Amino acid sequence: MRITLSASTSLRTLALGALLAAGSLVPFACSSKKAEEAERLPILGIRHSEPTSPTDTLPDPVPNFQLTNQMGQPINNQTFAGKVYVTDFFFTTCPSICPKMQSEMLRVYKAFEGNPNVLFLSHTIDPGHDSISVLRDYAERLGIKDASRWHFATAPQDTVFHLAHAYMSGAQIDKQAAGGYSHDGAFALIDSHRRVRGVYDGMVKEQVDRLIADLPKLLREEQTQQNVAAK
Amino acid sequence: MNRWPLLLGRSVVAAVACVGLGLGLSGCFTERRNEGAQLYATHCASCHGDQGQGLERLIPPVAGADYIAQHRAELPCLIRKGQKGPLVVNGVDYNQVMPGHDDLTDSQITNLLNFVQQNWGNKNKPYTIREASELLQSCNGSDGQ
Repeated sequence: MRITLSASTSLRTLALGALLAAGSLVPFACSSKKAEEAERLPILGIRHSEPTSPTDTLPDPVPNFQLTNQMGQPINNQTFAGKVYVTDFFFTTCPSICPKMQSEMLRVYKAFEGNPNVLFLSHTIDPGHDSISVLRDYAERLGIKDASRWHFATAPQDTVFHLAHAYMSGAQIDKQAAGGYSHDGAFALIDSHRRVRGVYDGMVKEQVDRLIADLPKLLREEQTQQNVAAK
Repeated sequence: MNRWPLLLGRSVVAAVACVGLGLGLSGCFTERRNEGAQLYATHCASCHGDQGQGLERLIPPVAGADYIAQHRAELPCLIRKGQKGPLVVNGVDYNQVMPGHDDLTDSQITNLLNFVQQNWGNKNKPYTIREASELLQSCNGSDGQ
């Protein structure tokens, strides 16, 4: 009796085990092929126009822009053609969050040092004070010798605020805030198709770690597209 | 003859009272002892770094900083009124605006400075609140609190 019971139990266990094994094979079989696609980052951004069809859900790309960097050189969307970039909004005399933000941005910069496909773009929201020479001094003090990979850019203020909105970052004049501007410490990750692929709080180490982890995923996607285009 | 147990009883009561008072006070002191670190985290760490390390050549360090030792008497006013213009820390020149902190009392500035003066490689003499208040007179900054 006892033997029968244990035999039937072990049989049940075996059956259950087999079932579980078979079950676990199913998602494996599916995911092995999907693994690469699962790594894609979402496409974020703001949309202004009505969708033309139910499948037309993509947000607007980052608009055209004309800025001047810390070397006095004009920069625009073409400057970032074929690259991915990380962008933020700051001002050099910002007494609150900027140093922390820019030290986190520096961490991302250093993590991808030597990678010409990852660029950086910091916009001043205080163009009245942050002249080109002020921006250059700031960049040099941060350890950024030239503008080959990290642009510190200025433009008329409304242009910058408009861009901040497109990059899903908050920036506005606020007489109550320390320094005269209120802005969040958002970092936006932009792909070579001018699409926002991630927004991270530059004041939170864990979120910046996530950005550092997301960048290779985006670079792989860009590489795959280039390979397809080359064929 | 009867006085001894009475005395003993009294001293036990006194001892218990002392312990009770001591616990209450130590609770209070513990909070004050950490006040400097808490104030640093709230008011300073975003710029000077969570370990006082500063930021490249943009923001000077407070950790292991010669400036902290050499400009001891000026620091209470520097905290309250802020700082503008070039300064040299550990041989490196910096030129950033530091905002003032009118919201901190004399005793808070004292605790903040004592935390900085005695941490992260700084081994400098601490301030008394009275001393900090006196030093703050020179920038009309003492609030007597």
